[in-house]
Amino acid sequence: MNGKSQKVEASPGTPLLYILRNDLELNGPKFGCGLDQCGACSVLIDGEPARSCSVPVEAAEGHTITTLEGIGNAEAPHPVQQAFIDEQALQCGYCTNGMIVAAVALLKKTTNPTEQEIRVALDGYLCRCGSHTRIIAAVKRAAQEMAG
Amino acid sequence: MNHIPDITRRNAIIGGGSLVIAFSLSGISPDAQPSRRGFGGLRQAPNIDSWIEINRDGNVRIFTGKVELGQGIKTALAQIAADELDVNLDRVNVVTADTHLTPDETYTAGSSSIQQSGAALRHTAAEARQILLELAAQENGSDVQSLRVADGQIYGPAGTIATYWDLITERTLIRPHTEGVQTKSPSDFNYVGHPIPRLDIPAKVFGEASFLQDVRLPGMLHGRIVRPPSYEASLISADIAGVRALAGVIDVVRNGSFLGIIAQREEQAILASEALKASAVWNSETQLPKEESLVGYLKGFPTESQTVVEQSSDQTTNGSALQHEAEYFKPYQAHASLAPSIAIAHFTEDTLTIWTHSQGVFPLRRTIAKAISMAEESIRIIHKENAGCFGHNGADDAAFDAVLLAQAVKGRPVRVQWMRDDEFKWEPYGSAMLVNIKAGLDESGQIIDWVHETRGHATGSRPNGNPGSLLAARYISEPFDVPLLGSVPFFAGGGLDRNAGPYYDIPNQRVLKHANRDASIRVSSLRGLGAFGNIFGIESFVDELALATKQDPIAFRLRHLQDERARAVLEAVANDAQWTTDETSETNKGRGVAFARYKNTASYLAIIVIVQVDQSSGQVHVEQAYAAVDAGQVINPDGLRNQIEGGIVQSISWALHEKVTFNDHEITSRDWASYPILTFSEVPDVSVRILDRPQEKTLGAGEAAQGPTVAALANAVFDAAKVRLRQIPFEPHLVKSAMEQED
Repeated sequence: MNGKSQKVEASPGTPLLYILRNDLELNGPKFGCGLDQCGACSVLIDGEPARSCSVPVEAAEGHTITTLEGIGNAEAPHPVQQAFIDEQALQCGYCTNGMIVAAVALLKKTTNPTEQEIRVALDGYLCRCGSHTRIIAAVKRAAQEMAG
Repeated sequence: MNHIPDITRRNAIIGGGSLVIAFSLSGISPDAQPSRRGFGGLRQAPNIDSWIEINRDGNVRIFTGKVELGQGIKTALAQIAADELDVNLDRVNVVTADTHLTPDETYTAGSSSIQQSGAALRHTAAEARQILLELAAQENGSDVQSLRVADGQIYGPAGTIATYWDLITERTLIRPHTEGVQTKSPSDFNYVGHPIPRLDIPAKVFGEASFLQDVRLPGMLHGRIVRPPSYEASLISADIAGVRALAGVIDVVRNGSFLGIIAQREEQAILASEALKASAVWNSETQLPKEESLVGYLKGFPTESQTVVEQSSDQTTNGSALQHEAEYFKPYQAHASLAPSIAIAHFTEDTLTIWTHSQGVFPLRRTIAKAISMAEESIRIIHKENAGCFGHNGADDAAFDAVLLAQAVKGRPVRVQWMRDDEFKWEPYGSAMLVNIKAGLDESGQIIDWVHETRGHATGSRPNGNPGSLLAARYISEPFDVPLLGSVPFFAGGGLDRNAGPYYDIPNQRVLKHANRDASIRVSSLRGLGAFGNIFGIESFVDELALATKQDPIAFRLRHLQDERARAVLEAVANDAQWTTDETSETNKGRGVAFARYKNTASYLAIIVIVQVDQSSGQVHVEQAYAAVDAGQVINPDGLRNQIEGGIVQSISWALHEKVTFNDHEITSRDWASYPILTFSEVPDVSVRILDRPQEKTLGAGEAAQGPTVAALANAVFDAAKVRLRQIPFEPHLVKSAMEQED
């Protein structure tokens, strides 16, 4: 759990999202639909993006979970987070968690994604405010940064 | 009008019994913008210290009755105040709408926050600076005119003489503002006009507490509401005893036909609410219009009619070269906020506190106070952010839901989170609309006669003192009547008739509004209100006229626009998009243009859209959008650009995909599969040019892109495929069959 072992007591079928938000008081993953349709609840499980609203907590047991807070913070921002700030790549910011998780996962696999590859990777993540063009720009910027 | 005595936070802390007299805007919807509104907030809260707080520790707090919706208003207001005060921006903290702490600025709506709150903060900050300079001058024996300020440090010709932080006392700013204080000229701005990074973005990127969902209170319980299958319904029975016995359930609340769960843990509340819902038996008699014949429904429902523009001249068409008419339609569309609505309510012995994302905490407080017969002064409502709302969605309703549940467990906070299908089914939608336009041109191809009729529901159902506007209030055992839909007067920006009057120079014009006030499908304000439908009609129709008379669509518009600023945005976007009058060489690729001035008084926007239409599927691919916007004096150009880009993408989504679906009895839009929105694979490249005019007053821009974008899109589809789309959404099968008919 962001580098630290955590123990919770809950019914095994409880969606991981509620454990993260309510028991562990994390803000990163968010409730948007609870239906695996929007991506706002995304986390990394063993480095892969997962929709925490659709993962029962018992399935997450024994695995490594990274939330937005674990990806980086104000003292040590991840290049993707910094790129989102530099591009001002959000309006309301509710989708931002999912977008950053997806981008981090993409850039781990593909160091220099094309615009098309970015769009495909993010296609299942919804943004209602219309910040898509900035989000794409942020991912490109992060890719450049990380390529160094 | 009642004068509201100024409440300072000092009074609130001391408990100095300030009497709050409600200011009632009866009959006029808050999305209105009455004249001289720039000082409306100051009328309510005339003391400077209601807006500006300067502390001896070097921190500054500004107070606004507006709220952050993701539009960047917190940052923009901080920029204005920092400039007028002459302090560094990083000293400034922004406190947004809180009934105990901030002035009452009614609603954050209608794209008027800069004009209202911005003006109030600009003036009170300027006056605070002036007061401190005069104090320094007095103490120092200098001439106030010789003094300058830099980051709160006051210095004269000989050097620093004082600082704000040393001079300020508790009483310094407790005085009414006066007229005539000089504010800065644009050449002296350090922050205004610059793309200052938003103050709230880092926290959102790092997962620091930013949203209402991040509020966690000691002893907080989780609530869920079980709603009926449809609008008109009464609860016959439910297995309350059985559900009460489920794990973690604290209580099941039944109040008439209002049904809710309170549980220890969130997942327990969800499971229990599902069980309760499955057991509930309802008597439901809702009869909804037929979705396939919405046009007929709009034509046939009862309306109040009003002529909002009547203008005639000596000019006639002299037997006229062309008469043309057309009808345009848009369906009900949802706000579809990425996050469903949510609220927390907490009763103590004699107070009630509510955390909400409502756009209007003061009107909400008035409404809830009436609903539960509690004194307003005992209720505190605090705004916290949720995902973008784009208008009046379920926020206020969720607040009342939380109150009803919290009443059952007084002493403990109850958090009510709507589920995804709750939000889709129960939020008030943007009204369906029918727009009919008729025009006559003279032989030279000039528009002489113009008649525009707009049909739909009136747009006002925000809570404004009447408890019947709150969803649950209709279902409780002593229910409140659902009020008739309210209106925004045309002179104040209009509601259903927003932008129904063409901005073009047309000598003979008539504009009629036919508004239904008794909607059988729940409606309220959605971003732009009537502007989306009216501009879709006008800007499509203008293209139809241009093409019928073989005139270039941009030249045709320019021909009918004297306003230099209107001409400038059209010319700018034509230049950026390299618009030519030549026929497009590529098959099924096309470009379209549109222009509007939001409310005919706010921001100017012109847009050109490039599309590719897939002949085999009828799918419209939007490749590129170019926009030019004039919002007068721009506070934060990046914030403005962000809002326009967002408005363009959202309008494309409305145009291509969005319609609320329903059967005879209930709404059937319930999730993102049944209500799809634009995705990453569909979003075009967007570029926005800002025509900055710092000498002009700031114009509201947050809703400026909605109308023009959909029309430009329709015009581009015509250019590409020679089909004229007059019904939204532009569903592929409709485009395809229209293309087949053309052939």
